[in-house]
Amino acid sequence: MNYTVPEFEVERNINRCISCGACVRQCSYEVHYFDDDGKTVLADESKCVACHRCAAICPTRAIKIKKYDMAYKEHSNWTPVMQKEINLQAATGGVLLSGMSNNKPYPIYWDKILLNASQVTNPSIDPLREPMEIRTFLGRKPEKLEFNENGELKTKLPPQIQLETPIMFSAMSFGSISFNAQKSLAMAAKELGTLFNTGEGGLHPKLEEFKDYAVVQVASGRFGVHKGYLESGRFIEIKIGQGAKPGIGGHLPGEKVTVEVSNARMIPVGSDAISPAPHHDIYSIEDLRQLIWSLKEATQYKKPVAVKIAAVHNCSAIVSGVARAGADIIVMDGFRGGTGAAPTRIRDNVGIPIELALAAVDKRLRDESIRNTVSLVAAGSFRNSADIVKAIALGADAVYVASAPLIAMGCHMCQQCHSGKCNWGIATQRPDLVKRLNPEIMYKRVVNLIDAWNHEIKEMLGGMGLNSIDSLRGNRLMLRGIGLTEKELEILGISHAGE
Amino acid sequence: MLLREGEVRIPSGCAISAITDTSGERFSGTDIIESIALMHDRSNGLGGGFAAYGIYPEFKDLYAFHIFYDDNDARVKTEEFLFKHYDIEYFEQIPTRKTKSIEKAPLIWRYFGAVPNSKMKKNDYDDDEYTAKCVIRVNNEIKGAYIFSSGKNMGAFKAVGYPEDVGEYYMLDGYKAHTWTAHGRFPTNTPGWWGGAHPFTLLDWSIVHNGEISSYDANRRFVEQFGYRCNLQTDTEVITYLFDLLVRRQGLKLDMSASILAAPEWTVIDNMPQKEKELYTALRTVYSSCLINGPFSILVGSKHGLLALNDRLKLRSLITAKKGSKIYFASEESAIRIICPEPEEIKAVEGGVPVFIPFAEVKD
Ligand code: SF4
Ligand code: SF4
Repeated sequence: MNYTVPEFEVERNINRCISCGACVRQCSYEVHYFDDDGKTVLADESKCVACHRCAAICPTRAIKIKKYDMAYKEHSNWTPVMQKEINLQAATGGVLLSGMSNNKPYPIYWDKILLNASQVTNPSIDPLREPMEIRTFLGRKPEKLEFNENGELKTKLPPQIQLETPIMFSAMSFGSISFNAQKSLAMAAKELGTLFNTGEGGLHPKLEEFKDYAVVQVASGRFGVHKGYLESGRFIEIKIGQGAKPGIGGHLPGEKVTVEVSNARMIPVGSDAISPAPHHDIYSIEDLRQLIWSLKEATQYKKPVAVKIAAVHNCSAIVSGVARAGADIIVMDGFRGGTGAAPTRIRDNVGIPIELALAAVDKRLRDESIRNTVSLVAAGSFRNSADIVKAIALGADAVYVASAPLIAMGCHMCQQCHSGKCNWGIATQRPDLVKRLNPEIMYKRVVNLIDAWNHEIKEMLGGMGLNSIDSLRGNRLMLRGIGLTEKELEILGISHAGE
Repeated sequence: MLLREGEVRIPSGCAISAITDTSGERFSGTDIIESIALMHDRSNGLGGGFAAYGIYPEFKDLYAFHIFYDDNDARVKTEEFLFKHYDIEYFEQIPTRKTKSIEKAPLIWRYFGAVPNSKMKKNDYDDDEYTAKCVIRVNNEIKGAYIFSSGKNMGAFKAVGYPEDVGEYYMLDGYKAHTWTAHGRFPTNTPGWWGGAHPFTLLDWSIVHNGEISSYDANRRFVEQFGYRCNLQTDTEVITYLFDLLVRRQGLKLDMSASILAAPEWTVIDNMPQKEKELYTALRTVYSSCLINGPFSILVGSKHGLLALNDRLKLRSLITAKKGSKIYFASEESAIRIICPEPEEIKAVEGGVPVFIPFAEVKD
């Protein structure tokens, strides 16, 4: 007996269906199948995840995916989802797993913050007529510059990363996503003058040519970490935590560890790649300091070292410590950040929104007079260019995006990344699925997306009377809250609309 | 109730004007008053002021404090502080002339003093730093007292009113300076607090400014990391602190600082020769939060000289002219022509290109 009902219903318009079998061949979840007559196409909807691959591929638009319409006796506490999850655990005894990101209706502060525009007393600036600068630098900055008698620069600047947009692609390892997906991001980063991030999966030899556009990550599993790897990236990112699953490590199931993945990660084929929850050589801030400096030493102080943490309750104090420990760039990942796989309970209940974390951290670093020495990168769900403009005005130097470019490549937020069966060729290693994603086409879509966002950012900057992103950073006067409590406004450091 | 300057950010438009004599010759305030008066329509009677360099040759090595007091109580408290922290050589009420449109004047006093040697031994910072700290302390802590000028051999004079009336009120025709700057203000709302008029000053810095900067909060939050408090929430205040930080505290050259505030565009930097490119990239990278954005034209006086600077896009007018040893600046050409009908040279100050006139040896 089945204790649960399917989530979705596949509605096939038989007047339209020409029995071409495309959906049967395309669905990796094996929802669609031919009846014994070899003509009638049927569906086992209990397997459907609403990834919409079939609907997109169907030449006659015969398929609609609908919500499975099943009435439950009203109960606002014991919702159908709660009951379903209990039944799943009762059947398996396992931890619930999910992909992608927190899908619960927590407040999204970006939607409660409004931007300013110039009127009369200072003019707005037209980005089509005037230069509009969004070039961004990441890296440690000295407190001041010194010059010799001839006016020549005496201070030697620590390594800086020049980006042509404040938008970078955040860590997605080869393993959690396909080679083609990672290659698309690498190609897009190169064209856009920004960076992609290898995640903890090592750098695939075939992506060597993109190494000048790569951030290389060092995570608790240390997969694929060797001197050449460290030296190949533009900067090194120590991953302490991730917004989607603060406090726990990573898990790449053995099925996804193909020969290629095993080579890049330097682990046996088919073995589960488990990154421990903490780095076992970092149990304190002093330990982190040692790792930061050994990575700098190993790369002759030519690479900035970033530290990525999940946004958690006391992140201000943690970030202040990390800055003092020598990190050049600090990445904070909010609780709406994505992941290839996470325990559902952790994904949905641990961590705090990036908006509040960023505001608190930026303020704390300023109160300690050290904000200017480090770069702050915010991550954990930027859905559009306005979110990014608001993040920079709150105090970020740059942002990381991942879900948005994945959506540009076809992702439909089905949240099944952990299953390894991604029908769009993104979160999978199955060769038949991977080849569905053509980097030559997909990179262009990602470039288009970021180009469009860059234009929109410039448009908003101009509206505010700014012609450089430098003047937006930390410029909270440009923000007003709408429908927020005194406390929320206080933490965000902004006034309410109308004030 | 209307909030006082500092409790709210008040945008304003303005007129500015300046005259400097590169020979160091000193001259009366009559011309600068006439120049700023011509731009009467650019002010609305809610603030006017002047800064004059070289006016106190007899006290040239002493800090000259100009102070507004709301009442006698504030004066008593401030004097107690000043006499404790300085060797005051001379003090008096600043002489004023009854002027029709200038009303509700506070008590206005000036003091000339030196930092006592005994004080300096205890501190590891210099006289200027000591004085900056004292000024900030009085302004923040003594209710009803406001030090609006604190440089050596220079002084600011300001009030709520049209600038020409302010000049008349302070009898500036009777002072002689080698450099004058003036400001007429058009705030969009103001409760009429004298301290809110311009120029804004700190030590020998004085700034008059026309425009409204849109980078204000980015600039403010940057300088506040270095101990400054932008209590007045005005553009001139934050710009003064940026110059003070970069030039006095960090030792950068004035013109270099100007290229930080109105930085060259990246497209320009990218095409510079390698060495210059490195320098400007470093300046923009390290001091990115000092970039001033939005329309502005400023005239910055200091012991180094007079600096004129326009925003990068040239969104505010600023004209300069030259005749003999005199150099003129004003928001409008007519404000120069009225006092110098036939200049040898007259042109617009270019967007983002600083014009710096170093002070000559002053002739007493
Ligand atoms: S893809 Fe569309 S037309 Fe083809 S079999 Fe499936 S439903 Fe029918
Ligand atoms: S990447 Fe693939 S599996 Fe993951 S949510 Fe997107 S479509 Fe679903």
